[in-house]
Amino acid sequence: MGKAVAIIGTGQTKHGRRSDVCYPDLVKEAVSAALMDAGITLKDIDGVVLGTMPSMMEGVSSTHFYFAEAMGAVGKPVMKVETCGSTGQSIGHCGFFWVASGMADIVLVVGSEKMSEGDGQATMTTVFDPFFQRTFAAGAPGVFTMQSMEWMYRFKIPEEKGREAAAMISVSNHDNAMDNPYAHIRTRVTMDDVKNARVITYPVRLLDVCPASDGACAVVFASERTAKKICKKPAWIKGLGFRGEEFFYGESDKAIWMSATEAAKEAYQQAGIRNPMKQLDVAELYNPFTYQEMIFYECFGFCPRGEAPDYVLKGAFKKGGQLPCCPSGGTLCTNPIGATGLIRLAEAALQVTGKAGARQVEGAKLALSHAMGGVDQFNAVTILGSKL
Amino acid sequence: MSKEEYRIVKGQVMVPYELALGRTWSEFYDYLKEEKIMGKKCGKCSRVLVPPRSFCPRCFEDMDEWVEVSQEGVVETWVYVNMPFFAQEIKIPFISAQIRLDGSDTGFIHQVAGIDLSDFDSVRETVKLGGRVKAVWSKEKKGNILDIAYFEPVK
Repeated sequence: MGKAVAIIGTGQTKHGRRSDVCYPDLVKEAVSAALMDAGITLKDIDGVVLGTMPSMMEGVSSTHFYFAEAMGAVGKPVMKVETCGSTGQSIGHCGFFWVASGMADIVLVVGSEKMSEGDGQATMTTVFDPFFQRTFAAGAPGVFTMQSMEWMYRFKIPEEKGREAAAMISVSNHDNAMDNPYAHIRTRVTMDDVKNARVITYPVRLLDVCPASDGACAVVFASERTAKKICKKPAWIKGLGFRGEEFFYGESDKAIWMSATEAAKEAYQQAGIRNPMKQLDVAELYNPFTYQEMIFYECFGFCPRGEAPDYVLKGAFKKGGQLPCCPSGGTLCTNPIGATGLIRLAEAALQVTGKAGARQVEGAKLALSHAMGGVDQFNAVTILGSKL
Repeated sequence: MSKEEYRIVKGQVMVPYELALGRTWSEFYDYLKEEKIMGKKCGKCSRVLVPPRSFCPRCFEDMDEWVEVSQEGVVETWVYVNMPFFAQEIKIPFISAQIRLDGSDTGFIHQVAGIDLSDFDSVRETVKLGGRVKAVWSKEKKGNILDIAYFEPVK
């Protein structure tokens, strides 16, 4: 795994519709918060990694040029990494690689999106190939609904049961977001609200789907020596996994989902996790769609294949349950895409360092964070721990 | 000036493209004009891929053998789209579906139509996971994916 690496600071903007700031100023807000949290200044940073969605999202190409000053990147090496929805985790991995290689001591990682400024679904549709599949693409809801239908059919999950469990996931994420001052959507919803919400792509309804948010997140990675010297409570990176699969939708099995399964397996191996449900204290999944969250539970070995709805209905993943998932309210309540995977990592870091405020899972020592990207193509997992 | 009064500027980026299909995909569309759906077969793993590829994505071997697949297949999954999206080619409501054509080893993405799509409850009675569908051809062939107009449920 290379040399030991810790997260020594995180910063987030207040997410939501942020027409009060221009895009670079939004980024600056997260960077300043992360530097303050880490107790360092720009001159301590050896290199900067940025990630966002494709340029179509806000209509500005290669945003690492645009944000050079906001990220404090002038006079420093800069990298830009894009893997669509999994960008936030990919840039976290790059921060890790850079420090773990010994080539940098402190690296600043920044993820951002300002989705209110563009057309998220139009941008997402351009991720499909232009000759065969784009014609039938219906943004993210279309593809994630197809995947959820395939999964329910494969494991013979009755429609009503799937509906009930998905509604419960929506209610619990919305409840959790009430504890998170950074969350975009902070409203309580009831089971009936979810089940009667407007249909987006049947059976997916409005409250099964994440919002389009403006937001940024910054995370500071440091070497073992520096982390021990300047940080009272670092979050240690215990394992990471990333897997991609074929580009064309329909070519690989999305009900079993190799990339999600194998990414978690690799991270577990490095972190010495054999029984995730027992060993993990908290998980921050990338859950833009309620139904899809259940597929992740199965891929990550939280429960047997086809049984996620049963576990959800028993309350296994709720606050106070066996393995609390998304105490932040998750992607379902906040989704500035390029930042989202990094927010998962930052939230996991807050949890294992006891800094998560009202959303703290008491005594959390080991946390999983995750993101998914593309047309169900990429999955990334990072495990954080309170001990080296 | 309050936060609500800060200015918003409208913008647009328009870029024209000319995208090369290359040999394999050009030939695929030539076959569509003859109302044939052709896949490519991998000499190593024997999988038949539709859309065809010049090389097998798993074996990384060149694929030279064209194989005609059936115009009928099974619906592996589908979605009823009733939300308008920017630059959508097909009018809503429409159904996107992943169809496993008989004789192929991959899911083919196209639309299911030829039925009344206005009422979702009646659609559910007609379009089933695991149900069979059949290609319906466009009269005029333009050399794109809508040369197959749609797939309709087999009664």
